[in-house]
Amino acid sequence: MVAPSPPPDTYNVLWLQAASCGGCTMAALAADDTGLLRSMARFGIRLLWHPSLSEESGAEALAVLEDCATGKLRLDCLCVEGSVLLGPNGSGRFQMLSGSGAPMKDWIARLAPKARHVVAVGSCAAFGGMPAAGHNPTDARGLQYSGWDPGGALGKAFRAGSGLPVVNIAGCAPHPGWMIETLAALALGDVSAEHLDALGRPRAYADHLAHHGCGRNEFYEFKASAARPSDRGCLMENLGCRATQAPGDCNIRRWNGYGSCTDGGYACINCTSPAFETPSGPFQETAKVAGIPVGLPVDMPKAWFVALAALSKSATPQRVRTNAHADHVIVPPARKPLKSP
Amino acid sequence: MTLSSTRLIVGPFNRVEGDLEVTLDVQDGRVAEARVNAPLYRGFEQILLGRPPSDALVIAPRICGICSVSQSVASARALAGLGPAAMPENGTLATNLILACENAADHLTHFMLFFAPDLARSCYGGRPWFAAARRRFAAGDGECARALLPARARFLHLMGLLAGKWPHSLALQPGGVTKAVDPGEKIRLLSILAEFREALETHLFADSLEAIAALDGLPALDAWADAAPPEAGDFRLFLHIARDLDFTGLGAGPGRFISSGSFGLFAPGVWAQGASTPFDPAQVSEDHAHSWMEGAILAPAVGKTIPAPDKPEGYSWCKAPRLDGQVAEVGALARQVVDGHPLARALNAARPGGSVHDRVVARLLELARLIPAMESWIRAIRPAEPFCAPPSPLGEGAAVGLVEAARGTLGHWLGLHNGRIAQYQIVAPTTWNFSPRDAQGNPGALEIALAGAPVLPGETTPVAVQHVVRSFDPCMVCTVH
Ligand code: SF4
Ligand code: SF4
Repeated sequence: MVAPSPPPDTYNVLWLQAASCGGCTMAALAADDTGLLRSMARFGIRLLWHPSLSEESGAEALAVLEDCATGKLRLDCLCVEGSVLLGPNGSGRFQMLSGSGAPMKDWIARLAPKARHVVAVGSCAAFGGMPAAGHNPTDARGLQYSGWDPGGALGKAFRAGSGLPVVNIAGCAPHPGWMIETLAALALGDVSAEHLDALGRPRAYADHLAHHGCGRNEFYEFKASAARPSDRGCLMENLGCRATQAPGDCNIRRWNGYGSCTDGGYACINCTSPAFETPSGPFQETAKVAGIPVGLPVDMPKAWFVALAALSKSATPQRVRTNAHADHVIVPPARKPLKSP
Repeated sequence: MTLSSTRLIVGPFNRVEGDLEVTLDVQDGRVAEARVNAPLYRGFEQILLGRPPSDALVIAPRICGICSVSQSVASARALAGLGPAAMPENGTLATNLILACENAADHLTHFMLFFAPDLARSCYGGRPWFAAARRRFAAGDGECARALLPARARFLHLMGLLAGKWPHSLALQPGGVTKAVDPGEKIRLLSILAEFREALETHLFADSLEAIAALDGLPALDAWADAAPPEAGDFRLFLHIARDLDFTGLGAGPGRFISSGSFGLFAPGVWAQGASTPFDPAQVSEDHAHSWMEGAILAPAVGKTIPAPDKPEGYSWCKAPRLDGQVAEVGALARQVVDGHPLARALNAARPGGSVHDRVVARLLELARLIPAMESWIRAIRPAEPFCAPPSPLGEGAAVGLVEAARGTLGHWLGLHNGRIAQYQIVAPTTWNFSPRDAQGNPGALEIALAGAPVLPGETTPVAVQHVVRSFDPCMVCTVH
């Protein structure tokens, strides 16, 4: 079966799941509270094939892939979700594309040069992600990075048809808005090299820190810190929060209507960064040297941070100190006494 | 295709979660033998070794994007098994809500996005219901998904409120949850549930959830299906199509059902040959005879995961879990049959191995039962009382964390040594359902269910096979992990 030729004004996306958990797609399904397909259709984005959403299975699906690989179907964008597995021994057999007899890594290598844009959806596809943790048993790579190292499955020099490197919508899972907005901006022709950061992440969200807008900001200011799960205090000093270093606008926009990691009461694990899956210590504990967290905000002089922290700790209101160690407000803000009329 | 023996290799299988390939030996227009291959291996059990125990709460959920919460709960329960802390009542309620939200959303996703679109395929162009099926169920723009996908997204606001985000939350801890609920949030939770209930009652069921949950047997189900025009609700349309396509005669599995029990709402047990026995996780073993894995038959508590990609007898990365040496099926049908819901028991009495029809009905029945339970759990939350027990030091040793994911029983077998993870074995629902043959040559549940499925002349990806496969709601990313 040959897929019908798309109209010229659509932006054709082929979405493949490499070694993924499927979570990026699951997050995307809730985009804009309306769903992936509709929120993309608004921008003329059409899915040629998506493993969770398309009707075509088996031979019909392989025909779509084949037509993209041979250039019969115009491929505007190849989205890859999940890491590319090179193992065992470079064979790629840890992930075979079902029914095709070929490893997924070979399909990606065939398809990527045909695409105007190549997008890594999620930290797995961007940097290797969770499958690359520890000794990386499957030789998992990102499309253009292996952890912090440029290269990955497609190579350092790879450029898509547009001249752009792989666009890395890093995040585990990425916020649905990051996915839709990046794809829409690509479809509109709005993305050039300066819109990506040094690791290929869209600056639209990567120019923020996950820390911005966190509901625990007052506790952060006074270094009134949570000591155990469900405490309301700041999660940075003890519970492993890396939001002051993590790229992302996670606390400026909401996840699933109301949430964010830190508002949900747990640490930001810096899921938008390479190698987040292999921290130096336990995820939910803050690494410290001489009692001072090692992961301080990158652009703040350490001495100042320490001095300010000491000062603000000594100025912490009783209310903030008490509430930091409770799961609900114990001491409400003081109000001016009522005056009688 | 001739009517003699042929071999079909079918894949990629889309609208299943993850990667699946099925090899079919076809004889005289029917599947004679099926071999199920899970073609992706990621090595989570190896990655977990040597890590600090609490890291499992970050790593394990990332096995699966569609049931990450179930993975979180299983690992939190395994960790809790090594510490003395008891979870406060609010923690249990919030955990139940987060897990039930995932289960319910998964059941709906399966129906509207994964299963029903096959009913709108052009091969059914000649059936009287085709126009309706196309309008309601077509992949991409069917009315069912157009109405219910936004409803699902807004239902997942519960995750935003209670779990920070979905998928991949860290809110679920051994002692409870990291997010307390204040009085205003309690009301918002009830509003989220009310909105979701309304969407289900309007579009999916065209009836009250209570009416669906009260269906108590096959006559009641038939009467309900006939009580309104076929298009009155997506469930009713499914029942009409299922009748025409004889979905009750398609996809009989092994007839042994496992449930570890869930929420204190669905009872645990094993159901086979019309009788219930207790479920004992110590009877679980994994057989590697036809997996690309080293080793033989081991209980998960001592199991190993060492890939052997060149093993000649291997045809899948999936291991073959067996209960006391026997094949079993897990999932919503198993849970409802084991629990003893009258409709599920009636379905089981009629067809002990289950069918495509029975699996879909059980899933939607469970959805109808879950929402009212969730409403009662929200009302039971008591703001200002604790949601999480303080963490306590973990002992050395072994523990198992069991949970019912949407797709069935999930177990994490954990062993700690010197404060590090020394053993981590995961037996996921689809590992049960889509297991390869074992050393005795006994096929897995799907392999059994596929035998006899019709293959029409010219079909390369037989539609009946697709119905059977998707009736299990497979999650391949969990299967091998
Ligand atoms: S980036 Fe995270 S959510 Fe996406 S596939 Fe990888 S593990 Fe899953
Ligand atoms: S807050 Fe941190 S861990 Fe959470 S989504 Fe944002 S970057 Fe990832």
